[in-house]
Amino acid sequence: MTAFRQASYDEPPIFSMGSPGRTGTSEVWVGGGTDGMPKVALPREVAREGIRLPEVSQVEVVRHYTRLSQMTWGIDTGPYPLGSCTMKYNPKVNEDLASMDTVQQIHPLQGLDGIQGALSLMYRLERALSALTGMSKFTLQPAAGANGELTGCLMMRKHFEIIGKPRPEMIVPDSAHGTNPASAAMAGFRVVEVPTGEDGCVDVEALKGAVSGATAGFMMTNPNTLGIFEGRVMEIAGIVHDAGGLMYYDGANFQGILGRARPGDLGFDIAHLNLHKTFSTPHGGGGPGAGPVGVAKGLEGLLPVPTVERDGGEGGERYRLEWCRLESIGKVRAWYGSFPVLVRAYAYLLSMGAEGLRASSGLAVLNTNYFASRIAGIRGFDVPYGGRRRKHEVVVSAERLAAETGIGAGDVAKALIDMGLHPPTVYFPLIVKEALMFEFADSETKEAVDSYVEALKRVSEEAYSNPSGISAAPRNAAIGRLDEVRANHPKTMRLSHRHPQR
Amino acid sequence: MRVLAMLDRHPYLPNASSSMEEMLKIVGCSRVEDLFSDVPSAGFDAGLPAGPMDEASLGRAVCKELSRNAVLAGRCFTGGGPWFHHVPSVIRHIVSRGEFLTAYTPYQAEVSQGTLQALFEFQSFVCELYGMDVANASMYDLATAIGEAGLLCARVTGRRRFMVPASLPRARLAVIRNYLVPQGISLEAVPYSPEDGTVDRDAFRRQLAEGAGIAGAYIESPTFFGTLERDVGGFADAVHDAGGLAVVGADPLSLGALKSPGETGADVAVGDGQPLGIPPGFGGNTLGIMACRGEQRIVRQMPGRIVGMTSERGEGGGGRTGYVLALGTREQHIRRERATSNICSNETLLAISAAIYMALMGRAGLEGVSKAILSRTRYAEDRLRSAGLEPLFGGIKFRELAVKAGDPDAVNRGLARRGYSGGRRLRGDFPTLEKGLLFAFTEACSREELDGFIEALSGAAGEKA
Repeated sequence: MTAFRQASYDEPPIFSMGSPGRTGTSEVWVGGGTDGMPKVALPREVAREGIRLPEVSQVEVVRHYTRLSQMTWGIDTGPYPLGSCTMKYNPKVNEDLASMDTVQQIHPLQGLDGIQGALSLMYRLERALSALTGMSKFTLQPAAGANGELTGCLMMRKHFEIIGKPRPEMIVPDSAHGTNPASAAMAGFRVVEVPTGEDGCVDVEALKGAVSGATAGFMMTNPNTLGIFEGRVMEIAGIVHDAGGLMYYDGANFQGILGRARPGDLGFDIAHLNLHKTFSTPHGGGGPGAGPVGVAKGLEGLLPVPTVERDGGEGGERYRLEWCRLESIGKVRAWYGSFPVLVRAYAYLLSMGAEGLRASSGLAVLNTNYFASRIAGIRGFDVPYGGRRRKHEVVVSAERLAAETGIGAGDVAKALIDMGLHPPTVYFPLIVKEALMFEFADSETKEAVDSYVEALKRVSEEAYSNPSGISAAPRNAAIGRLDEVRANHPKTMRLSHRHPQR
Repeated sequence: MRVLAMLDRHPYLPNASSSMEEMLKIVGCSRVEDLFSDVPSAGFDAGLPAGPMDEASLGRAVCKELSRNAVLAGRCFTGGGPWFHHVPSVIRHIVSRGEFLTAYTPYQAEVSQGTLQALFEFQSFVCELYGMDVANASMYDLATAIGEAGLLCARVTGRRRFMVPASLPRARLAVIRNYLVPQGISLEAVPYSPEDGTVDRDAFRRQLAEGAGIAGAYIESPTFFGTLERDVGGFADAVHDAGGLAVVGADPLSLGALKSPGETGADVAVGDGQPLGIPPGFGGNTLGIMACRGEQRIVRQMPGRIVGMTSERGEGGGGRTGYVLALGTREQHIRRERATSNICSNETLLAISAAIYMALMGRAGLEGVSKAILSRTRYAEDRLRSAGLEPLFGGIKFRELAVKAGDPDAVNRGLARRGYSGGRRLRGDFPTLEKGLLFAFTEACSREELDGFIEALSGAAGEKA
């Protein structure tokens, strides 16, 4: 057994800490108080009686959140092979750059003279993303992948409105990320699902049957969520285009073809990227991310406002924000995009270069295929849709293990934790039973991948010999297995310290 | 693969050097390229230099490019957000910790207790400030939070009309429209009073009564112009009487002094979380706050991640307290096209920043900051009025102050010459406020900085255009 032990504190909620009169900072400490300034008397109908917040000193706050951080697994802690999340190393130099005053302490409405650096960086990033995807132009505005998908769906909607033929349907494969159908529905589309064929790819015959004059578009992830490259993508694009529909590329899996193939060349009209996946920006426990969206030639007018434009040539160039775009869908979130995230992604692009990005996808795909090769034959685990090369991710099924030992994918995950390994994505995609979706990023060492192979072997052995040991996992994490039923039952759920009582 | 010597020893690509050959052998390939034989490859120009840029050169190149930005902290009083509030040092140190920074969404609860507890505390702080029972773990920003709130109202009531004040800036309205209109929900703007920028009560009641049943209405205090709605509760009552839900927006830093949305009858509360210890970041560090009353019919319709408190499994539930993502069946990864929202990644790290901010400030700190902002805004208003710059709106103001300038562009040019960022021109958002400039006064500016700015603004306004 690995001697892994995650830090485990009985850390009380902040609301039960501190003592009256203490403070971690105060208005006097932050702004010099209000001496010599008028006191504003508020009328009773708007004045608040008081507010119940804890009173905690600075060192208590620092220790509390430091301890919480220690009970958190990050890429900096160890390998993190969540499928479709591309958990690659987040370079530290990029953090230094993103935290500079010239990034954090600037205002979006400063005069253009004072934001030329920001706009030129955004312009260059936009051009680079366009070149890497074969798209004509990008917006950097969306806050995350799903916000990008919504942007793409809204652009499709607008496109058909402009040509005077609104189309009500969006087609998605059953293997799609949940955000695809959800985003399409947010944009007002009726979602039509097409099945996955026996080869692990979109069932093209079923797609042909689903496509019609009502089809606005087809949302596709390629490589798909099984990690398989959809080899008939150009034929599919032909089918959709022939019916007048548009092709949408979900860039969550762009890592699998980064620097080698471009959505634009594969027949896609609209594509989003996740900078917090493929382009190494940290995910922050769930954001902020960035989900830029690119469009093919002819659709540029639909992009959200403002766009960043360059006037003048090299040397005398000047950048500006263009708000006057008559066909634009408008806006999908505040301001111009997650700027500090954009700075990190730009720095990453420079630190890799074109060949470096190619190497990135090569090594990520090598890692995953190496893993898939090495786990073949481990009792209880299968790789459905076998015989196909994977790209950056692979889905392993623990269905046999579950049937024979009662140990399912969720239990396997908890057993991995006890060996000091962060689990893969579990129970996704929905089309694979007891799914364990592994993605080994370009930055994972061979030894890290090997440790997962050895761990799965051990889990298999234990499942067949002593399954109750696994059911009790994890033992070495900050806390033991948690009661999901209690968390979700209307009678026992507690969603804030004011809930359910008041 | 070995195109460039630098790539073999790239610090982010450990297997490029020694391990690759051995791994290829196991996989049964001779070259990495073989793994892509099924991918159609057309040569293309990636628009980047071929090789990697070393760390020192990278630092220099990016610093140089960004040095063309003017850092105006302390000299930026532009209103309408984002704002230069004070950001305590503690926050950056904590959220830069690799464990928080490089984690993913806490799907595996047992190894993610830190993120989960911090988010539960964020939700709890939000509930305390806004007087609500349940908050989610964040939205992208205020605009999308209002949009999502409108969708929630429509789902809960089964109706398709949503009202907002006409005093919202255009960009925010554009976002809200993109969240509501595609789903067949009509967005109706209610005029505001030219006296103080608050919602016109008679027009509100009239519109409420017209047409089909109302799903909900949004009202905010402070308003975009910084003025205060005197009777949010009256609006909420009117919406309730019409069978709709009341969505109330408030700036979190105003809530140390002003009544909470919960106290004034809100069913859903929203806010812009950037003031809570988050630097402006060119408008790129946004945090949307969204909370609701604890009724199941509303909670079940909330969008986004929600962290719940639970305990270790076991007999009688007597185990240690822990935290998990709750109510996942509302979300896209399970419910797909029938999910309450498409949101997946949110703004977690900024929500943790906000939680740390509220923990640091505590009760007295937050009350003090609210009052300090009210004082500074009044101080600036009084001094500017004596210098001949009249406010556009009457009444008490929180942070924002709209003033009437003879020639707003000339005033902004004058401010720029004096080294200050200009006011936000209101013409773009509100054609009738052609002469208006919006400024903001936070607790972060010292008395000297404030005086310096007032002098500069008075000077700029007094100049011949």
